[in-house]
Amino acid sequence: FYLTPPQVNSILKANEYSFKVPEFDGKNVSSVLGFDSNQLPANAPIEDRRSAATCLQTRGMLLGVFDGHAGCACAQAVSERLFYYIAVSLLPHETLLEIENAVESGRALLPILQWHKHPNDYFSKEASKLYFNSLRTYWQELIDLNSGETTDVREALINAFKRLDNDISLEAQVGDPNSFLNYLVLRVAFSGATACVAHVDGVDLHIANTGDSRAMLGVQEEDGSWSAVNLSYDHNAQNEHEVERVKMEHPKSEEKSLVKQDRLLGLLMPFRAFGDVKFKWSIELQKRVIESGPDQLNDNEYTKFIPPNYHTPPYLTAEPEVIHHKLRPQDKFLVLATDGLWETMHRHDVARIVGEYLTGVHHQQPIAVGGYKVTLGQMHGLLTERRARISSVFEDQNAATHLIRHAVGNNEFGTVDHERLSKMLSLPEELARMYRDDITIIVVQFNSHVIGAYQNEE
Amino acid sequence: VARMFLRLLSDIQWRAAHSKWRRMTSSQRSTSTTAEPHPVSLPAQAQVVICGGGIMGTSVAYHLSKMGWKDIVLLEQGRLAAGTTRFCAGIVSTARPVSIELKMAHYSNKLYQQLEQETGVQTGYMKTGSISLAQTQDRLISLKRIASSLNVMGIPCEIISPKKVVQLHPLINIHDLVGAMYVPEDALVSSANVSLALATAASWNGVQIHERTSVSHVTVQKGRVTGVETDRGRIQCEYFVNCAGQWAYELGHSGEEPVHIPLHACEHFYLLTHPLKEPLSSSLPTVVDPDGRIYIRNWQGGILSGGFEKNPKPLFTEGRNQLEIQNLQEDWDHFGPLLSALLRRMPDLEALQIMQLVNCPESFTPDMRCIMGESPTARGYFVLAGMNSAGISYGGGAGKYLAEWMVNGYPSENVWPLDLKRFGTLQSSRTFLRHRVMEVMPLMCDLKVPRWDFQTGRQLRTSPLYDRLDAQGARWMEKHGFERVKYFVPPGKDLLDLDHSKTFYKPDWFDIVGSEVKCCKEAVCVIDMSSFTKFEISSTGDQALESLQYLFSNDLDVPVGHVVHTGMLNEKGGYENDCSIARLSKRSFFMISPTDQQVHCWAWLRKRLPDDSNLVMEDVTWKYTALNLIGPRAVDVLSELSYAPMTAEHFPSLFCKEMSVGYANGIRVMSITHTGEPGFVLYIPIEYALHVYNEVMNMGQKYGIRNAGYYALRSLRIEKFFAFWGQDLDAFTTPMECGREFQVKLEKGMQFLGQEALLEQKQNGVYKRFTMFILEDHDTDMDLWPWWGEPIFRNGRYVGKTTSSAYSYTLKRHVCLGFVHHFDEKTGEELVVTTDFINQGEYEIDIAGQRFQAKAKLYPFSSLFTQRRRKDEAELSGYQRE
Repeated sequence: FYLTPPQVNSILKANEYSFKVPEFDGKNVSSVLGFDSNQLPANAPIEDRRSAATCLQTRGMLLGVFDGHAGCACAQAVSERLFYYIAVSLLPHETLLEIENAVESGRALLPILQWHKHPNDYFSKEASKLYFNSLRTYWQELIDLNSGETTDVREALINAFKRLDNDISLEAQVGDPNSFLNYLVLRVAFSGATACVAHVDGVDLHIANTGDSRAMLGVQEEDGSWSAVNLSYDHNAQNEHEVERVKMEHPKSEEKSLVKQDRLLGLLMPFRAFGDVKFKWSIELQKRVIESGPDQLNDNEYTKFIPPNYHTPPYLTAEPEVIHHKLRPQDKFLVLATDGLWETMHRHDVARIVGEYLTGVHHQQPIAVGGYKVTLGQMHGLLTERRARISSVFEDQNAATHLIRHAVGNNEFGTVDHERLSKMLSLPEELARMYRDDITIIVVQFNSHVIGAYQNEE
Repeated sequence: VARMFLRLLSDIQWRAAHSKWRRMTSSQRSTSTTAEPHPVSLPAQAQVVICGGGIMGTSVAYHLSKMGWKDIVLLEQGRLAAGTTRFCAGIVSTARPVSIELKMAHYSNKLYQQLEQETGVQTGYMKTGSISLAQTQDRLISLKRIASSLNVMGIPCEIISPKKVVQLHPLINIHDLVGAMYVPEDALVSSANVSLALATAASWNGVQIHERTSVSHVTVQKGRVTGVETDRGRIQCEYFVNCAGQWAYELGHSGEEPVHIPLHACEHFYLLTHPLKEPLSSSLPTVVDPDGRIYIRNWQGGILSGGFEKNPKPLFTEGRNQLEIQNLQEDWDHFGPLLSALLRRMPDLEALQIMQLVNCPESFTPDMRCIMGESPTARGYFVLAGMNSAGISYGGGAGKYLAEWMVNGYPSENVWPLDLKRFGTLQSSRTFLRHRVMEVMPLMCDLKVPRWDFQTGRQLRTSPLYDRLDAQGARWMEKHGFERVKYFVPPGKDLLDLDHSKTFYKPDWFDIVGSEVKCCKEAVCVIDMSSFTKFEISSTGDQALESLQYLFSNDLDVPVGHVVHTGMLNEKGGYENDCSIARLSKRSFFMISPTDQQVHCWAWLRKRLPDDSNLVMEDVTWKYTALNLIGPRAVDVLSELSYAPMTAEHFPSLFCKEMSVGYANGIRVMSITHTGEPGFVLYIPIEYALHVYNEVMNMGQKYGIRNAGYYALRSLRIEKFFAFWGQDLDAFTTPMECGREFQVKLEKGMQFLGQEALLEQKQNGVYKRFTMFILEDHDTDMDLWPWWGEPIFRNGRYVGKTTSSAYSYTLKRHVCLGFVHHFDEKTGEELVVTTDFINQGEYEIDIAGQRFQAKAKLYPFSSLFTQRRRKDEAELSGYQRE
């Protein structure tokens, strides 16, 4: 079975999306030029989600990737809801009041977010009312709390993450009279999702991460070369601090059973996640909800299964780790990606490939013969190879697609091998998951001129 | 790289023994501008100052001094032959498609051959010959066309098979070739040494050469060059020659009165290698592989190979001066495709070791032809630049023609295709030039089929009807920046895309143009002809009439409202311009001439009209939109729109009247069509253009009106034996030679320019005769189509070339127009051409090596004019004889 290059391209490009930020959005000159995003499924259906939106009532842009497990329900819900929670957390008191009054009197609501969605990125219509009511309760509480202080982005992010996870949990406990919705909220709660979200406002970049997706900054050094700076820590067994944290939160007696085979309780790869109430609720609560739940839930062996050595829940949290970074002119782009990418590529390669893609080929070191002994044939070979590298750049109009092409098709020499690409993409559904994971990538490109100007102002 | 640079320098033989100028400069090889003592100070004045010490400047100096002008100063900002000339590949190639360029290259070759003997400077001249390869049949056709024109000029040249190619050059891979052209007398030279040899000879003849002297600007007073400002002081002079190569544009713009020299530099790359194991013979022919975009010559036992890539890199758009061309950066990635082509052509070179990739900028012009001649605005300001990478091939001939031009007032050949005045300010935009040269450079190698056109720098000048016509399927071509319609593609009909429509055979528009021609013959067509150059000349008294009577050969003292076809002749009776002049009033005239005459005609008249504030000449080209209504029903359309009788009794042929058309008043209507068909041209003030066009189209519907383009016009005028200036007529053609004696009034009661020459011709006869040829055994569907420049054979002997051709839909035959000469069979001397000589010959036209029988005619077919009309005969050239 062999895919032709156009067939490969149509697979790779099926989910690609690009957004270019208008130079002046009415409030400020944006430090973001735009972003490219793309997804390549390995699961069917894909369990990864992605979101991007511009905050309309505050400044800034939100971008996030969400890696679901045990189904896509939780990732889907988080991708729809999280940014609203963040945006609301960032809103000043007056705006919250205004919004609440509008809802109260049935007037048109101020728009909070402008979404930048690929046609395949959907929102569930059925749950929108339910989701909205939960969100409204959140902002009503915020209004009552009125701290009077200006909102700190870090806190807003943490609060939004925790609140949404809490709402997911509550909605599942309360249930819904509509059986479809009832089943939906349960599926959301019993599946899980990691989240890696960026908030960019001027030179202030905040990354809130829960789980093992990753944010990476692409930095161009003075000599033109590319380096990578991590802006998130993976919450998994490879992260000593994370293992330490989990162990601190539970009695010493559980120390041995907490992390087994690099998994939480021997089951879960990410150490933080949305949903996954099986790692959060008490055994009694789990049993009660499942028993009163619909038959489909009862039939599902996975949901009924209680993790072994389950003594002191919760074992899992959705609280993110937030990293703040002041953007500098040499910070050219940000890559948010689910672990499907990072499993196959080192971040330095990611930085180089995206960097060279975004700057075009002009930065490819020029060849000089100088005093060397080079024959026409050798030179010809060298040039042909360089052209091949360039042409794979030009095939893609989207940095995320370009990265996926490398992630899936790279041979041992770090160049895209069409045969390999063709093989990897033509794997049957059931085999695909063995060779690769879902990959979701967002590449945000920064405007160095604007960032430079901000810097000078300060 | 440094070693390489020295090596190139060592190619140059500095012959201290003879050179005067050698002593004027320090021998130190520094490229910096740092002030060194200049032992010889500049003269305070000179007759001629030449700026630029490359091949062009030294060639002009050489030829001027040969022709007896001695008071000449040549200034070079760096050192002699240190610019593009140094890095030039040194290939002297005569295989040029344009006849004047071919002549220049031929002369250059002869000049360089004897230069070493004349000056003692080793020029490295080596007659190696050249092979131009064809990978496709179309390429072979274009080579055959060139071969035909080389052969009739007496330059040996043959079309050879791939097998023969291997015999001539063992390294060539021939598996993908269909044939080749071999020019055995093409040569190689060291271009820098040729330049030095020319400089040496010039300095013997008294030319003063000063290196390290830059011209800052040229001073002009009252439209005449008065002097030159340099970094070493001022020189007063009568003539200035701008041979500044790629800096010519900037230099032209440095003075108060800018001289527009439209050229732009592009990087040009070629490769030098170490010698082969068995060094290549220095007599191995140069190889040109246009389909691979490369040339390959032997160089010091190795090869030199460069080319013209598809994606050139223009440079110095903003104008950055630099003293001498340093080696610009080598760009191997850019050279990659050319290297591939080289290795494909000569696979055995794989193991050959690279010495260097040379990057040497070349200047290119908007139409791929070089720029020569006098500025239209500053008299005495001459230019020779923009060689499109063929500087060494053209150097000798171009210098000769320019020297002749300066000394005699005109060169010995028709150089209009190269004349600076074919351009105006409109080609002078840097953006335009940058875009255009990026197209021109690849075009050096692209296949050029009949009626190819430039794609960049378009839609610069347009008629106000452009969008309307475009929406109706117009296909456009460009002349002097103006968009003109070729033909209209009817709705629902698709033509081939550009690449596929390239053909030397029957084109895809054949039927479309046929139906437009049919409509012109049977109903009425509209052609937008707004591009024509339009002047108004008026005076308070009789000055306008008196001046024009002297400058034009026909009698302009006609009743008001009459239109006169007349030549604007030079002293030798040749056509400087061919125009139609309407007498608007006793004291004002409206003059229409070809589109590309805008600059030349203006300069010609300005120079010759008396300096009288009561005599006003205005260029009104932009003020009027011109609609040509061609066909028997034009009269009906117009009379309905104007409520005025338009019949011959009221509106005779060659008549001009201001009238209303639709709501619009003041439309200048003339009963001419430039085709010999009945009809009118409307000169419409531009704000009325759309209205009048709409009215004409609406009213015309019931008469079957449709849009038409220039291809239909051309077919019509050629079958009627109408000559067009710029195509058929030039400064070396007189009315007597093209059957237009009736447009010359030798007895109009006053002297006029060219009169003496014409009188002499009238008495002694002409040496060439404009003739119409109808191809007899030519199959329109199967055979190659004629274009122009095809050799004409009479009784098997070469007698001249065609100047234009078209398919006549009426005759269902191809018609070629061209000039017949009479060369003495033994001496080759030109003899008088008589009517009998024309009529008594058997003719053949050579299209790419294939000869077709042709019937010669001196007068158009009268049977074509079934719609006999009044005084029209006067418009039909040659019909009415004295």
